[in-house]
Amino acid sequence: MANMISDETIDYVGILAKLALSDEEKEQAKQDMGKMLDYIDQLNELDTSGVEPMSHVFSVHNVFREDVVTNGDGREETLAGAPERSGDTFVVPRTFEE
Amino acid sequence: MEKSYETVIGLEVHVELATKTKIFCGCSTAFGAEPNAHTCPVCTGMPGSLPVLNRQVLEYAAAVGLATNCEITRETKFDRKNYFYPDNPQNYQISQLYLPICRNGYVEIEAEEGHKKIGIHEIHMEEDAGKLIHDEWQDCTLVDYNRSGVPLIEIVSEPDMRSAEEVIAYLEKLRMLIQYLGASDCKLQEGSMRADVNLSVREAGSGKLGTRTEMKNLNSFRAITNAIEGERERQIALLEAGENVIQETRRWDDTKGESYAMRSKEDAQDYRYFPEPDLTPIVISDEMLARIRAGQPEFREEKMERYRKEYGLPDYDIDILTQSRHMAELFEQTSAICGQPKKVSNWLMVQTMQLLKEKAMDAEDICFSPEHLAKLIALTDAKAINSSVAKEVFEVMFTSDIDPEQYVEEKGLKTTNDAGELKKVIEEVIAANPQSVCDYRNGKEKAIGFLVGQTMKAMKGKADPAAVNAMLKELL
Ligand SMILES: [Zn+2]
Repeated sequence: MANMISDETIDYVGILAKLALSDEEKEQAKQDMGKMLDYIDQLNELDTSGVEPMSHVFSVHNVFREDVVTNGDGREETLAGAPERSGDTFVVPRTFEE
Repeated sequence: MEKSYETVIGLEVHVELATKTKIFCGCSTAFGAEPNAHTCPVCTGMPGSLPVLNRQVLEYAAAVGLATNCEITRETKFDRKNYFYPDNPQNYQISQLYLPICRNGYVEIEAEEGHKKIGIHEIHMEEDAGKLIHDEWQDCTLVDYNRSGVPLIEIVSEPDMRSAEEVIAYLEKLRMLIQYLGASDCKLQEGSMRADVNLSVREAGSGKLGTRTEMKNLNSFRAITNAIEGERERQIALLEAGENVIQETRRWDDTKGESYAMRSKEDAQDYRYFPEPDLTPIVISDEMLARIRAGQPEFREEKMERYRKEYGLPDYDIDILTQSRHMAELFEQTSAICGQPKKVSNWLMVQTMQLLKEKAMDAEDICFSPEHLAKLIALTDAKAINSSVAKEVFEVMFTSDIDPEQYVEEKGLKTTNDAGELKKVIEEVIAANPQSVCDYRNGKEKAIGFLVGQTMKAMKGKADPAAVNAMLKELL
């Protein structure tokens, strides 16, 4: 494996992804990410200098909807997955930091 | 010698677009709904749901770009900005990083030194987040996703402003252009226009930019002015003390008159943007652009020019009338009905502006119709009501758009044309005020004013003061 992921990188990625990884999981993730980067390196061997960057996999563009209300009261469906609710709001742990 | 400092300011302005539905789904954007009533799988980020762009959002964004002299990016697309926070159910915000819809524009403001161009770096489309409410009792946070997915444009200026006055002039200019377009009502207090201020200071004459801070939570022009002055002083004090300004986001507390650093959410801001795979790219054709261009309204400068030619009004009037599109339209429509532009202008410039100020309202919120204002003008022209009654009627019309003709009839406010009745009342007033009568007869011209007043009072305001004056003189 040509790409070695450092401990710092895996810790940082863990923080960004909000994942608390065990040492064992960290090792596994380092292996997986290294292999992915190797694969990208392999792709980079291709000469793509004359190719437009692709922004979408399908050759479709301009898919729009008109500005017309089509949805009704979605409260119950949306709140069905709430871990906890108070009235019609989701309840989550306190987020405000001061 | 004391050093002199220059303030360098750039703005990020978020504007909520006036669409009926959200940016990527058919949920309503109307205010005042029960929490989470305006939500669906798309705007709450359910796996497998598919966002589809609201055409009106694209058209408004391009229209704002044209109005601010931007280049329109003909092939534009969306990107994902990744972050975890409970206001964002998808764990990413759909925004534009690589190919924003508008770039390299400017608006002109009136600065101390005359016309000044403020550069616009870019305008991009994005979605708003949900609303977090802190519950003090339960020490938890409540989340309402009704705002999640409401369309926004973010207008990013160049760091071209040098004072709070220039910032306010720039914001007022943006607000006016966008209101003229009907793309948003741009109300700072209600959050449909939000400004983040990027500010740094440097020694006057230095070509290098200082370290900047970003200030948030500014919801009035006054708060923006205070925050700019406070932050300028804070940064100068740091530099004078030989310390460094730290690049950070600060929250302005307008009641305390100070800002404090917002603790960063866990770690550095690393949004790991990547192209949004669920939305197709957008190609803006020549026809589409031509159609948006053709739909642009007559903006203020053109309107002012036309008013000078068409109505022959003084510049002072034109300046006030054209500050809001709604006011200008009211003026044009009322003038078309009654054919007396100067009288219409007076009602709008004087009484209307005064009431707007008293009630802290926006010209966009004026509710009376051109037909009713024209009727009020016709009533005064016909001397059916005198000017003080007209003002009273206008105030009622301003709050509840009543029909002045009907109102005057119902309340019995019409000026009495019955000379017999007027004569009777005047004779009574003369009899009851011998001192004033005596004064007048002895050459004290002013005494007649008091007698006119007494007569008007006895008539409950329903007389023409000029007619009262004339008859008094005759009877004395
Ligand atoms: Zn929705």
